[in-house]
Amino acid sequence: MIVEILKYIGSFILLVLFQGLILNNIEFGGYANPYLYVVFILMLPFETPSWLVLVIGFVLGLTIDVFTSTYGMHVSATVFMAFARTYLIKLIQPRGGYDFGLKPNVQHMGLTWFLLYSVILIVLHHLFLFFVESFKITQFFSTIWRAFTSVSLTLIMLFILQLFNYKSTTKS
Amino acid sequence: MRNLIRFLSKNSVVFIFLFLEIIAFIFLAQNNNYQNSKIFNSSNFLVGNLYSTIENVNDYFNLKEVNAELAEQNARLQTKSIISFTKIFGNTVEINDTAYAQKYLYTSAKVVNNSTNRRMNYITLDKGALNGVEAGMGVVSAKGVIGTIKNVSDNYCSVMSVLHEDNAVSAKLKGLDHFGSLVWVLGNYREAQLKEIPNHVKLAIGDTVTTTGYSMVYPDGIMIGTVKSFDLPEGNNFYNIDVQFSVDYRQLSHVFIVKNKQKIEQQNLEELSVIEE
Repeated sequence: MIVEILKYIGSFILLVLFQGLILNNIEFGGYANPYLYVVFILMLPFETPSWLVLVIGFVLGLTIDVFTSTYGMHVSATVFMAFARTYLIKLIQPRGGYDFGLKPNVQHMGLTWFLLYSVILIVLHHLFLFFVESFKITQFFSTIWRAFTSVSLTLIMLFILQLFNYKSTTKS
Repeated sequence: MRNLIRFLSKNSVVFIFLFLEIIAFIFLAQNNNYQNSKIFNSSNFLVGNLYSTIENVNDYFNLKEVNAELAEQNARLQTKSIISFTKIFGNTVEINDTAYAQKYLYTSAKVVNNSTNRRMNYITLDKGALNGVEAGMGVVSAKGVIGTIKNVSDNYCSVMSVLHEDNAVSAKLKGLDHFGSLVWVLGNYREAQLKEIPNHVKLAIGDTVTTTGYSMVYPDGIMIGTVKSFDLPEGNNFYNIDVQFSVDYRQLSHVFIVKNKQKIEQQNLEELSVIEE
């Protein structure tokens, strides 16, 4: 249990550093920016209490905000995503519920389930983030376009990450 | 009351969500004067330190370009320096600027290929005919003599290194005007032999050996190395002198190509004398 928690703390730090120091500097076409750090919320185990997911989302968003000096932007989007996750997990629950010990990844839940899960949450997060950022309805379509280009970038990186996990666990 | 508590606990997630989201939006609203908050200041201090550390690492990766820039600048300064000029008139006029004519021009170049372990060692530089490089020019570095340009392509030139069995450099002992020729000792990239120094010269180990400028390739007084050991064979008029190179030919990166602007003039004059004989 403690080892698991330490693993999560380690990946939290790695993801935040990777996001803050590398990905924040990546800008495809001037505005598409991958936000891989949300993966941390995605990969939390099913048993995590909902309030804890929310708090983790808050802390995660705040640390990312510290890097970009945009206090509130990432926090609100990540808390929103954490909130949505609780309901989404119930909504797309397979018949018979989740077995204990299963984790929300491709390997345990299958590709269709994971695709649905991650795409919905990442789209929600990015839309929220970009609308909070622009805070205007006048730039609706450009904001949507930005959100969706970023979503595709984040998704590509997420699946690359999943591939890495997949390999290492099938080997052992 | 009990109903209220039940209602709250049933919907706790929603309330926590709303609570956190409200905090987030307060942050967002106060975005402009967040300096007031000490937490943010301290965390920004941490991240600031992290950023400056990253910046230090980035600086390290930029060293290559910075070095190239500095080498370029050195070449420019060297060109302007007084030793690159030669006097037009006699010794009397020294102060006036027009008394000096530019004799040597320096171009900085980067070593792209180098060898030290063959009998005939060549160095390739990243400057060529398009940069005004011609065969026969000298190549020196900040530490000493490197070689002579042998072949030139558009963008590169190959340098016959001092470490070449056919490359003899006209050399002298600093402070004395006795000159001889310096030939590389095959197989050892750190040593050469200086020949034709007559036996009446007083030598000491550690004496500096420099170029003479007679060959029209290198300027006068460019460092070659120091005397490592010498001996005078019985019945011989000349010393055998071992010279330790001042340049480590395995560690070349930035060098200067030297153009002697008065080379053709000097050559023509000398050929004239030969023809008249």
